[in-house]
Amino acid sequence: MIEIIVNGKRHSLDASPDMPLLWALRDILSLTGTKFGCGIGACGACTVHVDGAAVRSCSFTLDEARGRQITTIEGLQQNGRLHPLQAAWIAEQVPQCGYCQSGMIMASAALLADNPAADDNAIDKNITNICRCGTYGHIRKAIHRAAREMS
Amino acid sequence: MTTALTRRRFLIGAGIVGGALVVGYAFSGNGENTARQRFQKAGPEGGVALNGWVRIDPDGRIAVALPRAEMGQGVSTSLPMLLAEELEADWRMVGFEQAPRDPLYVNREILVDGVPFVPWDDGVAAETMRWAYEKSASLLGLQATGGSTSVRDGYYAMRQAGAAAREMLRRAAAARWNVPLSSCIAENGTIRSGKKSARYGELAAEAAAIALPEPPRLKDPAQWRLLGHSPARLDIPAKVTGKARYGIDIRLPGMVFAAFRPVPVFGAEIAGLDDSAARAMPGVKKILAVPGGIAAVATTTWQAQQAVDAVEFTLSGGAEDLSSETLLETFSATAARWDGHVFREEGDIGTALAGGRKIRAEYRVPFLAHACMEPMNCTAWIHDGQLEIWAPNQSADLAAMVAGGIADIDNDKITVHTPYLGGGFGRRADMDYVEIAVTLAHAMPGTPVQVTYSREADMRHDRFRPAAVSLFEASIDEQGQPLGLRNSIAGPSVVKSFVGRLLPGPFITPDKTTAEGAFDKPYEFPALQVMHETVDTPVPCGFWRSVGHSYNAFFFESFMDEIAHAAGRDPLAFRLSLLKNFPRHRALLEKLADGWNAPKAPGTGRGIALHDSFGSIVAQMVELYRPDEQAPIRIAKITVAVDCGYALHPQTVIRQMESGVIFALSAALHGEITIADGQIEQENFPDYEMIRMADAPPIEVHILNSGARLGGIGEPGTPPLAPALANALFDLTGRRIRRMPFGDVFGYA
Repeated sequence: MIEIIVNGKRHSLDASPDMPLLWALRDILSLTGTKFGCGIGACGACTVHVDGAAVRSCSFTLDEARGRQITTIEGLQQNGRLHPLQAAWIAEQVPQCGYCQSGMIMASAALLADNPAADDNAIDKNITNICRCGTYGHIRKAIHRAAREMS
Repeated sequence: MTTALTRRRFLIGAGIVGGALVVGYAFSGNGENTARQRFQKAGPEGGVALNGWVRIDPDGRIAVALPRAEMGQGVSTSLPMLLAEELEADWRMVGFEQAPRDPLYVNREILVDGVPFVPWDDGVAAETMRWAYEKSASLLGLQATGGSTSVRDGYYAMRQAGAAAREMLRRAAAARWNVPLSSCIAENGTIRSGKKSARYGELAAEAAAIALPEPPRLKDPAQWRLLGHSPARLDIPAKVTGKARYGIDIRLPGMVFAAFRPVPVFGAEIAGLDDSAARAMPGVKKILAVPGGIAAVATTTWQAQQAVDAVEFTLSGGAEDLSSETLLETFSATAARWDGHVFREEGDIGTALAGGRKIRAEYRVPFLAHACMEPMNCTAWIHDGQLEIWAPNQSADLAAMVAGGIADIDNDKITVHTPYLGGGFGRRADMDYVEIAVTLAHAMPGTPVQVTYSREADMRHDRFRPAAVSLFEASIDEQGQPLGLRNSIAGPSVVKSFVGRLLPGPFITPDKTTAEGAFDKPYEFPALQVMHETVDTPVPCGFWRSVGHSYNAFFFESFMDEIAHAAGRDPLAFRLSLLKNFPRHRALLEKLADGWNAPKAPGTGRGIALHDSFGSIVAQMVELYRPDEQAPIRIAKITVAVDCGYALHPQTVIRQMESGVIFALSAALHGEITIADGQIEQENFPDYEMIRMADAPPIEVHILNSGARLGGIGEPGTPPLAPALANALFDLTGRRIRRMPFGDVFGYA
């Protein structure tokens, strides 16, 4: 059995330690907000937080996740209130198909936690996820908006 | 558009809704109000469907039936807006529910664009064929999303449905209060007469019993409160919390997960396989041959992926010598024969090209994959003599047709659920993922099975945007006036490939999509000839955002630039001079003219392109910047001017233009699928790269509401980008780009 803590809740999983965290979240815990995009850490759709840092969960094994604090998009809200980034995403009307946006928001949340005044260069450097709908310009605006809200 | 066409559309819309709200008029044949009943049943107890499009629930919420798939293009907001506008609903109470399969929800518009006539041709032949195609779409019963048609198709039907419901509510109020109908005013979800007022929810049950004596009258657009504005999208809150359900997110009790591994060589068959190692792996339940390859079923997707990769097989047959390089050479030789199907011929091209100064160029584009962010997937479950499918699809009817054939289950016992689509771009008009899921569910009756493609399977088992070659010849006189232009294109036909895979019967008519964006350019050349020769290949081809326009715009608008430069003319002014009878096109170019004519700083370059597609016209200008010859070239800005007739939700028009630009930019800089030894060489994002945040340029969109017939917006932003970019590169560097992709020029690998 492997113990992981997801969104503050402890789970004991009967799974291979080699299984990527992504598939444990999606197929065992049915936390489907974290998306599968490429399986090799190249697109960022599966981004979650592990001890606060952005991690591509398709390339992070259960063994590595053992005992660590994992946050998914479902756990980003605090006390039923949207995270400022989620609110900014709505205010800026960012998503189109929306499939990549969980990963985008998680990557952005980790960035702002680390660098609350992230400028365009920091955004370019840290937000390397793929959006096929091309919402990048609005993601950038939403990150700046959330940063203002949080400061 | 012509008056005749407007009136005919109106009558069809009125027939559906005005026919005593008996939906399925002339289409279902049985006169039963099936859609309305079904939509009522789908809602909560006490909810009242006033027709197949709208239900009023006890809490006052207005549920609108969404007949199309939401794949990012915003139809889950724009279609309910059409209905809510006429209903005089309180927009805050409006929501949407995916419509079931029913003849009411057929997309009539989708085949109309397929006619091989230029869009401004309203002659008898063109109009007759458009009418016939629209009729066929109705009869074929294609409930489909594509061709940038959703809002165009819903424009009459959904407003009529809202107006009919509004009139029923007004009549119910007049009867209840015993007041003249004319005194009953519908406003913001309420009917008022004098001091009396009632919310729609209070009147719904009485309204449901009313049969309207005549089709309701639509509002004067000058009275619109909602259309023309940009209310917040209804789908966005669920998309920022992880709650939005895509196909891949369907979870059912007892569900098992499958992975798919396609046969790697086009046309090959599996001769023998050894699955002993795979079967012994933990969690594995089944290994099975499925259409196009093999699949493994397990307790989780990851275990299924491991298992399917562990199967060993040998192949027989197939196009193992196939290479994309050779195919492009074949297309090139074919185009050079100048004997393809002639889509357009005007003036005497032979004489025109015999004189003047000749310009000749050959252009090429590669095959492309779709790479939707959500890989292809489908969930199927056979239970109680029924088949249920959850498929992110662009045609629920095709899904049911394909599924029924595999599971041997009658069409009326098949339910297709259409969750959110994590991108579509035409890929989900194909049904391979449905075939696989249903094959597996059929082998495991009673168990829900979800198959998800790995990214590698998704990329290699795609239905590709065809590669193509285009050859041009033009001549200009001494004053730089064009005398004539001829264009020979060669490559596969998407429609032929698609029909061959999915529909019964042979495909015999010329495929308009092969030459669209070339034969239907508006430029007034004294002589013009455009032809296309279809070359069959073993590579399955499919619809890809803007289809033939995606390559013909690059070819044609780049070559226009070549002619302009050869003639010593300004590329924008040159285009304007050939658009005397096209004021909408001129207006778009003139919108960009200020920026275009502004003084240019050293190290900058500008390119322009203009293109019609899916009923809309888009002009784009790309501005490049390079501080010095050694530095990489950067895209400083992209400016878009669009005329889609009227922007019903302007923000959605802007977002779709931006989306189309970024999609096209990925293709222009990086997009290339190559084939060697019969196999696709790319398999994941590192070798099929996309534009990301750091590379996404600022995009400025201008909307011109010309008031012309509505055009689509999902695709028209894509075609002009590549030629505008290539033309800007020529302006900056003097280097003419005649191939896609050309990211190497920007320093990309």
